[in-house]
Amino acid sequence: MDDFLRAATVFVLAMVALGLRCVLRGPCDADRMMAAQLFGSGGIAALLLFQAASGLKPVIDVALTLAVLAAFASVAFVKAGTNSNDAEEGPQQ
Amino acid sequence: MTAAANLLTITAVLAGAFFFLAGTVGLLRFPDTLTRLHALTKADNLGLGLVVLGLLPRTGSVVAGFKLILVWLLVLLASSAVSQLIARNARRSPP
Repeated sequence: MDDFLRAATVFVLAMVALGLRCVLRGPCDADRMMAAQLFGSGGIAALLLFQAASGLKPVIDVALTLAVLAAFASVAFVKAGTNSNDAEEGPQQ
Repeated sequence: MTAAANLLTITAVLAGAFFFLAGTVGLLRFPDTLTRLHALTKADNLGLGLVVLGLLPRTGSVVAGFKLILVWLLVLLASSAVSQLIARNARRSPP
């Protein structure tokens, strides 16, 4: 059973790594941010699977912390994007 | 009882891994930003929920089970809010 959970961990991490290709080639910044979002949720799933396979209790707390912090990077991205858009739209009007 | 719990774990974790695969394939293959956002947010949250469901029988205590469910609920909340924000940002500044 532990081997199955370890294999699932590696699979989820491989999916996250594939998704990170989008950071390199994503046509716009929103796509890059989505890859970071995938890294957040996939990383949490991998941590939980690893915790179940290894039995290290504190790893759940690490996943909990990541889940709390998941939103902040994207909120900062959107905030920066709207500010620069306002600055670009300003002179045109 | 143990066999049933193991069966639930294997089934749910496999289904969760499939949804992670679907989310990644959607992110890499779908044609525009909003469809990619759609594929990513739905499929990943479902995948994480199925993984949590599969791991619930293997937690030793009730507190650990609540922590797992709390992780999933927090990710749902963050992801739904963030997907709205990213979609609005993508609509305002098309590539």
